[in-house]
Amino acid sequence: MSESFLSLQNVEKAFPIGKGKEYVAVTDVNVEIRENEIISIIGHSGCGKSTILNMIAGLDLATKGKIILKGQEIKGPGYDRAVVFQNHSLLPWLTVYDNIELAVKKVMPDLSPKELRERVEKFIDMVGLSHAKDKYPGEISGGMKQRVGIARALSIKPDVLLMDEPFGALDSLTRANLQEHLMRIQAKVKNTVIIITHDVDEAVLLSDRVIMMTNGPKATIGEVLEVNIERPRDRVALQENPEYIRCREAILEFLYKKFAKEDE
Amino acid sequence: MKWQDKVARVVLPLIVLVLMIGFWSFLSSIIEDFPTPQDTWSAATDLLSDPFYIESEDDMGIGWQVLHSLKRVFGGFALAVLVGVPVGLLIGMNRYFQYAFDPFIQIFKPVSPLAWLPLLLFVFKDINITAMSTIFITSIWPIIINTALGVRSVSQDYLNVAKVLQFTPLERVVNIILPVAVPYIFTGMRLSLGIAWLVIVAAEMLTGGIGIGFWIWDEYNNLNYQNIIIGIVIVGVVGWILDIIMGYISDFFDYRKRGRA
Repeated sequence: MSESFLSLQNVEKAFPIGKGKEYVAVTDVNVEIRENEIISIIGHSGCGKSTILNMIAGLDLATKGKIILKGQEIKGPGYDRAVVFQNHSLLPWLTVYDNIELAVKKVMPDLSPKELRERVEKFIDMVGLSHAKDKYPGEISGGMKQRVGIARALSIKPDVLLMDEPFGALDSLTRANLQEHLMRIQAKVKNTVIIITHDVDEAVLLSDRVIMMTNGPKATIGEVLEVNIERPRDRVALQENPEYIRCREAILEFLYKKFAKEDE
Repeated sequence: MKWQDKVARVVLPLIVLVLMIGFWSFLSSIIEDFPTPQDTWSAATDLLSDPFYIESEDDMGIGWQVLHSLKRVFGGFALAVLVGVPVGLLIGMNRYFQYAFDPFIQIFKPVSPLAWLPLLLFVFKDINITAMSTIFITSIWPIIINTALGVRSVSQDYLNVAKVLQFTPLERVVNIILPVAVPYIFTGMRLSLGIAWLVIVAAEMLTGGIGIGFWIWDEYNNLNYQNIIIGIVIVGVVGWILDIIMGYISDFFDYRKRGRA
């Protein structure tokens, strides 16, 4: 039952590049994602990580194959999936509160004004930003913006949370802080999370499974790594954990030996 | 601002002013009949002491002249905004509209108002409508261009938000496109108002009637050269005030200037 929660079947994405030719970004992608699972997709740039995420989000459609979520083929965006974009994509003319309210209002139009306010405030509180709810995105730090992005995504109660290199633009301390936030929230909300990353430690720390992509064009899934570490995970203790070290080495081996990329 | 800067902002322009008056005195000493600063000053105090007198249809105070010009400017400008913003939105949102109109915008944009004037005067036969339509047709371009630019500068990230939330086209325009485009629209309006104020002087010189442009030409014909200089300064100051007002209005609607202090 849980095996068929989100299923990618022979997914291919080709982009036309003119003169009748096409660029095949990813091909032959097959994976079954379970409910409540945290999955990382890792690979060098140009491996089509974001393409896969965009197809699950419905922002892009697969040119071949199918993506099936809870028995329904994905044919476009839907409120069962929410995206946290790499550059947070908050609307700069709206306050933190208004950014989240815009999403909740659209997705849950039947809420009373009181329920609406409570829901928005609940999710602002969940990412610890109640003190900044009336600030504009330009007035808060990059890490805070990304937390608002996460709150906005979660506020519409998605089954799947899609994150496209969510912490890529942040310094390492802020990034660690946000990873903690994410793990705590996911333990509470228990939705499925798919994270695109190019950070090996982040992938191992956060994920139940790590999907490793070969290089593009015609990128596909190279290996899928199970990370058998109990939650909650403590990043400091993990440094000594043999399973953590094994996973880390497996990914490094994959990225820098088997599928090393020179021109980066 | 540091106090040195505050002082410098007042003192330095005053120094330039003194230098300019010095150069002006020099000019009036070498050019015959060129008004001296003193003559001009006394003429100006005379003019500005009673700016709103009405002697006859053809003889009114300088205040009335300016107000009549402003009325025409705002008429043409308002029309340019009313037509320019929707056209700009269409061109910005749909590339086929852009393909269709772009060549003509590029051709008409550089045409001087003085070239339009005879045609419009021939069509309308009325001084007021001719002046306003000249302003309309020369000041509409920056509004169209900047509005379209504003629409096109909506980043893909924001449009992705609209896609993920499945906004209808109207929700997309209201929630995403307009907030981004409004500052651009106001930039266009500010440029446009500047052009309109430039155009009115030239247009009135040719059409005659009441207005600061014709007044300056009239003073030339009356050999009141000092009044030409006064006219220039008045046109400049009014233009500056218009620009400041437009600047405040556009800042008010610019989300980038909000919540930043």
